Amino acid sequence: MFTLGPAEWQAIEVTFRLCLYTTLILLVLATPLAWWLANGRSHSRVVVQAVVALPLVLPPTVLGFYLLLALGPRGVVGKTLEDLGFHHLAFTFEGILIASVIYSMPFAVQPLTEAFKNLGRRPVEVASSLGAGALDRFRTVILPLTRGGFVVAATLTFAHTLGEFGVILMLGGSIPGETKVLSVLIYDHAEGMNYAAAHSLSLMLLIFAFVTLFVVYSITRRFRVANL
Amino acid sequence: MTIHVKARLRLGDDFELKVDHELPLEGVTGLFGRSGCGKTTLLRLIAGLERVKGASVRFGDQAWQQGRRFVPLHQRRIGLVFQEHSLLPHLSVQDNLLYGYRRTPAALRRLHPAEVTAMLGIDDLLSRRIDQLSGGQRQRVSLGRALLISPQLLLLDEPMAALDTQTKREIMPFLGRMATESGVPIIMVSHSPDEIGRLADRVVFMQAGQIQRIETLHESLARPDSPLFEDSGAVSVLEGSLGDVEEDGVRPFGPPEARLWVPSVEQPPANHCRRLRILARDVSLSLVSPEHISIQNHLQVTIERIDPPKANRCVVACRTRDHQLLLAEITSRAMRQLQLETGKPVYALIKSIALLK
Repeated sequence: MFTLGPAEWQAIEVTFRLCLYTTLILLVLATPLAWWLANGRSHSRVVVQAVVALPLVLPPTVLGFYLLLALGPRGVVGKTLEDLGFHHLAFTFEGILIASVIYSMPFAVQPLTEAFKNLGRRPVEVASSLGAGALDRFRTVILPLTRGGFVVAATLTFAHTLGEFGVILMLGGSIPGETKVLSVLIYDHAEGMNYAAAHSLSLMLLIFAFVTLFVVYSITRRFRVANL
Repeated sequence: MTIHVKARLRLGDDFELKVDHELPLEGVTGLFGRSGCGKTTLLRLIAGLERVKGASVRFGDQAWQQGRRFVPLHQRRIGLVFQEHSLLPHLSVQDNLLYGYRRTPAALRRLHPAEVTAMLGIDDLLSRRIDQLSGGQRQRVSLGRALLISPQLLLLDEPMAALDTQTKREIMPFLGRMATESGVPIIMVSHSPDEIGRLADRVVFMQAGQIQRIETLHESLARPDSPLFEDSGAVSVLEGSLGDVEEDGVRPFGPPEARLWVPSVEQPPANHCRRLRILARDVSLSLVSPEHISIQNHLQVTIERIDPPKANRCVVACRTRDHQLLLAEITSRAMRQLQLETGKPVYALIKSIALLK
């Protein structure tokens, strides 16, 4: 039952590449955004907060549909790329990577915002008064004091990207080695009445998801205790 | 050395901070006012933690903020100590102390770990974790950490407000010592007349977002309507040097012509300029030299001013033989019976004395 053929391995490779890149990109993007949401004073924060949280409530097909419009050959982004001599982004790995970054954004931004709010401004102000510049403060004060938030953000982003289906199907289709991720492959298997193959992959994802969440919740508990 | 601050800033609907003043910086400058009068905001403005449009902050000849120029806090070399403990919880006491020291260019270091830890009595705590310290110890480590960047200016935001009375008493001498020994000008925010009387050399009075007055501690204690009298009534602060412990465990204070005896306290060594804080209601006046009386401290003084009575009590300002101001609070009836008037020599009897620093 648990024999994986080349198609499965290829899907696993695409999936993990997608998850890894999404996580890395989101950590870089979400950190300053979450800091601003936690400490900023601008009234536009609420708007940004709502936009970031949109993927939580929208059907993935809606997001996928608009991304298809934008990134496709006749969309704003896609057409500009074509005019510049590049390929448009619909049905490509880069396309679904962009979609994943947007779709998993709240799972990176929210834990970090929470962590930065709990941290407060005081430790950062203290570090500045002691002569530490912005990067120095991030490395020696913010990161060590909020690493629980970073671990949670990274794990949730990774796991959530793993579970993507609708957005990818809308925007990426099912191109082996490019956009065919595990969830899409499972769908294909089930459609083709290959229940055994669908089952083995599903079970794998189920176990992985459970272990991930288990780890996340143990970490949040541990860090909360350590922060007191 | 002075600092010039000019700023206008709305905070909320009915509060506006509006300052344009030159503050003299020598020794300890107390920033005094009720909660919510804008003291902390002013302090944050000086530190550069509050970036107010159009504000200007000039420290000596350095423009910290002016027009588009804004020097960030980490380049201002300001030591900051906050009300509640603000030690970095992931670092040991030692690493907290050295966090700023390591980031201070060697050429600018004037204060070094050994002398600072000795001054603040924290030598034994260096290897501890932050959560193993008491409130007073934490505040001492915070002070040490701020001193170790060899700051140009120290800003203390109600450094004792979160401490209990016992711990306050424990910290106070260290603060006083720090102010005299480090030579760094200090601005200390406080809403406690007691703290101001103990530590400040100069007082900046703030009210409703504005600076009302800047004067020396003695000038502000000589005013009958001083806001420093709000807590426990009129108060005088006498300065003088403290002698060695004599028999019966008392120590002489001040010159022979205005000698007081204070209970021995272990800590301060002799021959340092000290302060005594004397509540006016603890001072009585007598026309004749008091003998056969249990009160030990009598001074010959001259009445300089008699304030109009309030609730049948009036404050009498007397000049001691060493030209310091001593306030006595007596009833209007006593004043009438003794026929007190300005210029009259009398004896002041002091019931209780607190040695400050």
